[in-house]
Amino acid sequence: MSSMISSDLLKPFKLKTKQQELLIRVSILCLVYILAFITRLFSVLRYESMIHEFDPYFNYRTTLYLTQNGFYDFWNWFDSESWYPLGRIIGGTLYPGLMVTAALIYRLLHFLRFAVHIREVCVLTAPFFASNTTLVAYFFGKEIWDSGAGLVAAILIAVCPGYISRSVAGSYDNEGVAIFALLFTFYLFVKAVNTGSLAWGLASAFGYFYMVSAWGGYVFIINLIPLYVLVLLITGRYSMRLYVAYNCMYILGMLLAMQIRFVGFQHVQSGEHMAAMGVFFLMQVFYFLDWVKHMLSDTKLFQAFLKITVTFAVAVGAVALGVGMVSGYISPWTGRFYSLLDPTYAKDHIPIIASVSEHQPTAWSSFMFDFHILLFLFPAGLYFCFKRLSDATIFIVMYGLTSLYFAGVMVRLILVATPAVCLISAIAVSATVKNLTVLLRSKNKVVQTGSTKGTSSGKASSKASLDQSQPFQKNGAMALLFGAFYLLSKYATHCTWVTSEAYSSPSIVLAARGAHGNRVIFDDYREAYFWLRQNTPPDAKVMSWWDYGYQITAMGNRTVIVDNNTWNNTHIATVGRAMSSYEDEAYEIMRSLDVDYVLVVFGGVTGYSSDDINKFLWMVRIGGGVFPVIREPDYLVNGEYRVDKGAAPKMLNCLMYKLSYYRFGELVTEYGRPPGYDRARGVEIGNKDIKLEHLEEAFTTSNWIVRIYKVKPPNNRW
Amino acid sequence: MEGPIRAREALALTLFSLLFFLSRSSALHDLLISNAERRIDLSSHIVKVYLTLKVENAGSSPASEVVLAFPPSQVDHLATVEALATKGKRKKTTFVRLEVKPTELPDAPNDTKYFTIYLANPLNSAESITLEVLYMLTHSLEPFPAEIGQSESQLVYYRDSALVLSPYHIKQQTTFIKTPSTKVDSFTRVEPTNRAGTEIKYGPYEDHTPYSFSAILVHFENNSPFAVVEELVREVEISHWGNLQVTEQYKLVHAGARHKGVFSRYLLARLPPRVHSVYYRDEIGNISSSHLRTDSRKSELEIEPRYPLFGGWKATFVIGYGLPLQDFLFESSEDRRYVNFTFGCPLMETVVDKLTIKVVLPEGSKDPSAVVPFPVDQHLETKYSYLDVVGRTVVVLEKKNVVPGHNSHFQVYYTFKPIFMLAEPLMLASAFFLFFVACIAYLHIDLSIRK
Repeated sequence: MSSMISSDLLKPFKLKTKQQELLIRVSILCLVYILAFITRLFSVLRYESMIHEFDPYFNYRTTLYLTQNGFYDFWNWFDSESWYPLGRIIGGTLYPGLMVTAALIYRLLHFLRFAVHIREVCVLTAPFFASNTTLVAYFFGKEIWDSGAGLVAAILIAVCPGYISRSVAGSYDNEGVAIFALLFTFYLFVKAVNTGSLAWGLASAFGYFYMVSAWGGYVFIINLIPLYVLVLLITGRYSMRLYVAYNCMYILGMLLAMQIRFVGFQHVQSGEHMAAMGVFFLMQVFYFLDWVKHMLSDTKLFQAFLKITVTFAVAVGAVALGVGMVSGYISPWTGRFYSLLDPTYAKDHIPIIASVSEHQPTAWSSFMFDFHILLFLFPAGLYFCFKRLSDATIFIVMYGLTSLYFAGVMVRLILVATPAVCLISAIAVSATVKNLTVLLRSKNKVVQTGSTKGTSSGKASSKASLDQSQPFQKNGAMALLFGAFYLLSKYATHCTWVTSEAYSSPSIVLAARGAHGNRVIFDDYREAYFWLRQNTPPDAKVMSWWDYGYQITAMGNRTVIVDNNTWNNTHIATVGRAMSSYEDEAYEIMRSLDVDYVLVVFGGVTGYSSDDINKFLWMVRIGGGVFPVIREPDYLVNGEYRVDKGAAPKMLNCLMYKLSYYRFGELVTEYGRPPGYDRARGVEIGNKDIKLEHLEEAFTTSNWIVRIYKVKPPNNRW
Repeated sequence: MEGPIRAREALALTLFSLLFFLSRSSALHDLLISNAERRIDLSSHIVKVYLTLKVENAGSSPASEVVLAFPPSQVDHLATVEALATKGKRKKTTFVRLEVKPTELPDAPNDTKYFTIYLANPLNSAESITLEVLYMLTHSLEPFPAEIGQSESQLVYYRDSALVLSPYHIKQQTTFIKTPSTKVDSFTRVEPTNRAGTEIKYGPYEDHTPYSFSAILVHFENNSPFAVVEELVREVEISHWGNLQVTEQYKLVHAGARHKGVFSRYLLARLPPRVHSVYYRDEIGNISSSHLRTDSRKSELEIEPRYPLFGGWKATFVIGYGLPLQDFLFESSEDRRYVNFTFGCPLMETVVDKLTIKVVLPEGSKDPSAVVPFPVDQHLETKYSYLDVVGRTVVVLEKKNVVPGHNSHFQVYYTFKPIFMLAEPLMLASAFFLFFVACIAYLHIDLSIRK
């Protein structure tokens, strides 16, 4: 549509049509590239160039370490600042792709004499890769459908909130580069399948390697691609191209992926990767049969041979799998994988996964919020794909459907579905608009209908329209075009609004509107972390709930007991137990963990609702999952969670309650309310006279959001 | 208490008389001080001492130097020593600034350190001159008790001598100590001693031999904020494209008693006028609590540390700002330029333990030299900034114990050819040019093997 308007404008330049088209395409792509970058800069403009949320702080800290100490030190880094006293082997427990990418960009910029700080590089990595993703989306769309669909896909994905939610400036997380890697791998694989070229197969193997190095979501690729191959085999679309593409990608990709220490031998040992291996062997059987069929001219003989071979192959496969499973060589599926297939699994078995808000099943509203009109365009796109079925469209359909299912299971996986939804919607938009414009044009030049160069569908529709010669055809097409334009512009405004309102808050700095409409900033987190950094001994151990672990180590530079890398459930449960015990019991636990400071997050003064009291039931559940002493009903009254006078006695005296509400009873938070009125929960607290025996208040931030307590040394016995 | 001091005095005296016979090294003993008046101001955490000396030449030859003596414990905390010579009688008095330099004298008793005042005109025999000496001491108030509750007020110790330490015979001397409030817990009495209001008067004492010393201890209330900048690095980067970028890295500490009430939350930094793009941040990001007020003569930046500073707490932060170049850069001769900037710490009323000033000259400048009104350590460094190939020359000036008295101007001279200004834009332009040429070449070359 836009290309039509601009081509009219460009006539005086007297370029050839092909050149014009190229120029327009390149300039649109450049604009989209820039747009994708700048639309993610809201948070930088509104707040500052800073790292957001929780996990990005760990990534930032490791990147800093990587740039300061070099790759080998990073690879062999034993981090004694987290998971005290266990520590964490960083090199073996993380996906290094993101850090290495950022460090390489940083090195490159410094080589080119741009003296930027590593923080700026980290902050802008995600928008930069989002821009690159638009380019990949263009090429992918071009591969699946045509260059028009590619352009629309690039535009749609550039501003799609589902993707922006994880790639705004400062959101320095694995997903930022992983979505690029994911889409790029898929693109290269589809290209390899379409061309049957070993070079593209090799490229997709490297794309897969990059994806494996960047994000645990690579498991999606290693399961989707075999599934896709299987579907092609079943539908009789087996070809040499597919054989070359898959074998090259699988074998090389697997070998390359083994170089990532965190992944290691999982490709041959873990149940989640077995599908790929199974399909690989199936492929060989298929090829073998094909060859035999080619050699044997007798069909009857071949049928018999086929039966024997298939039975044999299935039997061998089943026995190998069975032996592998029983002997423990092949590990069973992990809980995380189960929870993906069955949304209710985590709730019953793994509270630590269920406690994270982004692991909840997705609400309909958030689909609407993240996809907007794409949600309606998606089925239309599927229709077009089925109408023009090819290897590539089968792939995108499968990608779209599976990822949409996963998006329904977990909120955060909307991200994975976004590229597929954008691509399929782009096909719908592009095909519709193309049909309509062809219709408009052909009406104008009734005589030359036959010579109209359009897609087959365009031709068909224009011919059909001529045959039927409906009276308001042109007007109808115009109206529909305007409708499409209206919808797309609505999409653009919605995306901008969502980006600016919902996804551009760093969550480490909270902003609110003051009484006079002015912006009030609550910078309590950084206040507390910086206090820790400056005014506690360098080897102090800080106990807090695991959410704040990464931030304390990155900003406070102090040792933490647990952090967001929730690898040791028992350790987290110990902290949960300490928080939910009485003070003297908790003191024993804290002494055994060498805790010097305890940090709690408290929103009672400001009305900040995601504080530790609201998370407390999860601490009880996770603690109780390992230590049966902690029982959830002890903290509830008739199944109800409350903090006021009617709260359970254990609740009123547990460590978390005491630390959150210490001296809160003296404070008047809201005019016309009694002292000790908790604004986050809207009640007057039940225990106003809190005495601490083994801890003392060390620091409370200006809005009381973070409170730090010092664990006293044991009393002298004499 | 008295005994050891007497013994030490005696020892000093013996030593001194020995010295007297062994060497006639300088004009030390030719002089005597007929009257010494010392006023010690303890009202802030920087101790200011005003010393008025009436020096008389008792010898036969003219003297051109007067030597001041300081006990070793004070020398470490000594921030500045200034001396003025007074001329004329009342109302018509004029002051002449005199040069003061630290000197080493052989066989100094008890590690006494010396500063020599060089007189403008030699003091002839039997003549006398009045000298005004001002010196400031940092870190000389010791909080005692060292740890106090939030509501208690802070008490500190000040240690000195009731007698002015001097290598000369002092005929008559008086010392006044001014405390910030009337609340003085205790003080050593060396009769005659008087206390009236906020002032303690020691003396007058008559006829004291050289190196007389009588230790005193004053324990009093001082609630002024003990803002100490442990380390300050100021980087001044000159760009001939019209900007002077200043970056100041502070390491601030509240040096008062531990857990003392809140440090006056606001700190005031006085910046030059026409300041722009000011930022205030630390290692983990921007600090939102600051206000900037500007007028034509000065800019005031009111900053608040991320958290209130209690006694013993620390905070580090960075202030950065840009300034118009024409206010600070001047041409001295052909290709020779100098930048004129203020030394010292922009924060009001703070002590800086270690101040480093780095003047980053533009790439391609040569022969840098710094002119500073007081002794500092100097050396050169190289810094690489945006698009630098050979690196920028950095003139580094270091000084310990800096007080607001050091906020005077200094100059850095260097040679710079204006043609170097074009180097970076040309580099960029040629890089882009090469990129486009490469693009064009790529589009026109067919690299495929197949025909």
